[in-house]
Amino acid sequence: MSKTLSGQSFWRRYVFSTNHKVIAVQYLFTGMLFLALGGVMALLIRWQLAYPWQPIPFIGQWLFPGSGGAMTPEVYPMLFTMHGGIMVFFAITPILLGALGNYTIPLEVGARDMAFPRLNMLSYWFLVVGSVLLLASFLVPGGAAGSGWTLYAPLSASTEVTPGWGQDLFILGLALDAVSILMGGVNYITTIMQLRAPGLTLRRLPLTLWGLFYSAVLNTLWLPIVASALFMVLCDRRLGTAFFLAGPLAPHAGGQVLLYQHLFWGFGHPEVYILILPVWGLVGDLLSVFSRKPAFGYQATVCSMLVITVLSGIVWGHHMFTSGMNPLVGKAFMFLTITVSVPTAIFFLNWLGTLWRGAIRLTVPMLFTLGVVFVFAIGGLTGLFNALQTFDVYIHDTYFVVGHFHYTLAASVLFGTFAFIYFWFPKIFGRHMNARLGYWHFGLSFVFLNAVFSVMMFLGLHGHMRRIADATAYEFLKPVQHWNVFLGWAALGLGLSQLLFFINVLYSLFKGAPAPANPWEAGSLAWTVSSPPPEHNYATPPRVFCGPHEYGVPSLTNGDWLSQADPQAAKLARS
Amino acid sequence: MDRMINAEVETPLIDIPTGKFGMWVFLISEIMFFTGLIGSYIVLRLGATSWPRPGTILNTPLLGLNTLILLSSSLTMALALHAIQQGRQAALRRFLLLTAGLGVAFLGIKGFDYAHMWHRGFTMSASLFGSCYYLLTGFHALHVLSGVILLLSLFFAASHGRFSAAHYGRIEYSGLYWHFIDIVWVILFAILCLV
Repeated sequence: MSKTLSGQSFWRRYVFSTNHKVIAVQYLFTGMLFLALGGVMALLIRWQLAYPWQPIPFIGQWLFPGSGGAMTPEVYPMLFTMHGGIMVFFAITPILLGALGNYTIPLEVGARDMAFPRLNMLSYWFLVVGSVLLLASFLVPGGAAGSGWTLYAPLSASTEVTPGWGQDLFILGLALDAVSILMGGVNYITTIMQLRAPGLTLRRLPLTLWGLFYSAVLNTLWLPIVASALFMVLCDRRLGTAFFLAGPLAPHAGGQVLLYQHLFWGFGHPEVYILILPVWGLVGDLLSVFSRKPAFGYQATVCSMLVITVLSGIVWGHHMFTSGMNPLVGKAFMFLTITVSVPTAIFFLNWLGTLWRGAIRLTVPMLFTLGVVFVFAIGGLTGLFNALQTFDVYIHDTYFVVGHFHYTLAASVLFGTFAFIYFWFPKIFGRHMNARLGYWHFGLSFVFLNAVFSVMMFLGLHGHMRRIADATAYEFLKPVQHWNVFLGWAALGLGLSQLLFFINVLYSLFKGAPAPANPWEAGSLAWTVSSPPPEHNYATPPRVFCGPHEYGVPSLTNGDWLSQADPQAAKLARS
Repeated sequence: MDRMINAEVETPLIDIPTGKFGMWVFLISEIMFFTGLIGSYIVLRLGATSWPRPGTILNTPLLGLNTLILLSSSLTMALALHAIQQGRQAALRRFLLLTAGLGVAFLGIKGFDYAHMWHRGFTMSASLFGSCYYLLTGFHALHVLSGVILLLSLFFAASHGRFSAAHYGRIEYSGLYWHFIDIVWVILFAILCLV
């Protein structure tokens, strides 16, 4: 990359850079680091559930010297708290919003950089400070936060039950991360709306950018709500207030415990769409590229994603069916939640329509894209179970919910993340990733991932509670303990298969075959510049003549596709 | 060929400068932040068994004076923008400094009010109303403080002749932020002191 960036010191070029491509790579590696950390935590959790209170092999002696290498009851809640917090806010968000958003948006709209490059740099450094606070929480006396990643009050809000400063550091880290994401959101929305190249109408925008746009809109609207709640939790902890405390925990008459849940899920439900909307968009684009067909029902897909964006803000109550909410209100939330399945079904059908009779190329990113389609179908369908008030009462707080959540957010989003990295790696670094390693990575991940998360759902139907450290303590769970053992080994398999990915990334960074400007024969603007792109992307503003999905154009004599910047598209293109 | 022509005359969806657009997106997120705080205040107050009558605890005349100060600062901010749109540099600097001064006056009175209230036993942990009062006005005061810093940076930029009748975007966008802070205070004053 040193060729393409010139005239600046090392620090300005790679560390405190305002260039969107450098910032994207910073986000990417930060996110991958936390992905690995969160993954190791998940393995520790699974070991404890598979073999309760038994010494952890290899790293146990180092992690838990006091107990002979076995998990301790104080650490277990910290692990599931930090696993959730890290994965959602410090792994997936930086990769899918930070890296994918920063890298693709200016390139795909034909801009030289983001609308506000300095704000962009600031956004990344807020994430860095936030993650330092988060990591520091492991080192303070009393250990990391243990209230669950949802930070339910009064557990999180009273220092009588969670006295450690780790809890405060976690909340502060999340607040800084929220500010970072907000800055990014302002940049994404403004860049997509204001900096599009001539001819790039909204109907010609790649679907990935639509997903990122909706996701940024949701962040702008709902992140501030949870930020206000986090500040109130901090006040309750350290400044003697009682917004979310009542009864003996409150210093005076006290506030409302349930209010926290409303504020948290007011953001928390949109959050799942914030993370998966960019993946949906990416899947729409990649299915089109690798089926060599235009995205089926492009406008219907964009509209249904918009409908979901709107609906996502008014369905949060389905997380609270058992919280003592009026059942009639619950019924309204149930109805709205089930309504989400209509637009979801529309764009899902459009995905299948894109594949239908396409000239499918089974590349590594395409396999991961198909993986998203498969696991998202399961995740989406099991979501209907959770949405039904009457059924939710039985499965609430069980592994069924954990399994569903992981099918949508861990499986779909993780496969989307890999599809993004395998697809964009040649553009970002100018080198191909190793395809053979990629196929193995996909195959093993697919098998193990389904093994882990489907078994979770069966355990949940058996009544296995979430967040318990030892299922053998319950008589009715003893008959299914062997499934916990199976899960433990499957999770280990899933974790080890990711080594293939990390090896592949490291190997390809230095030894990968040089990639041409457009290795996938993709039509969008980003693929018209060299790999890696020049420092400011485009020497002259490009001009756009057609939509991003002009594949399989019948009237073409050479090749089967048109670039968005190809002038002959003005005559030949269909969109 | 029609398509080609369409591509040539493509106009943006919303025809406003990029900086202004970004400021509006930012302000929407700010509105949602105060929505979280004010919404919580409403829920907590409606759910409380007892709540102090308006005027019994807070110093309404003093806070009313503060409202007047902040409203006037919105006027001076608007005058600053008006001045530079006509190219009057000295007037721009004068009005920017005046606006920042009114912001500082607001913060000074706010600080006096806090000290006085706290001394009388109306602390953050005294009651739910106390918690809400200091939380809402505290976050608002932080916004005023950041607004004052913004105004002073604009003043120094203006002293270096960075703005002109053709180039005044940053004054306009910063003005949006300042008016937003003003509007939030009017709402806070109404729901804390009057009703």
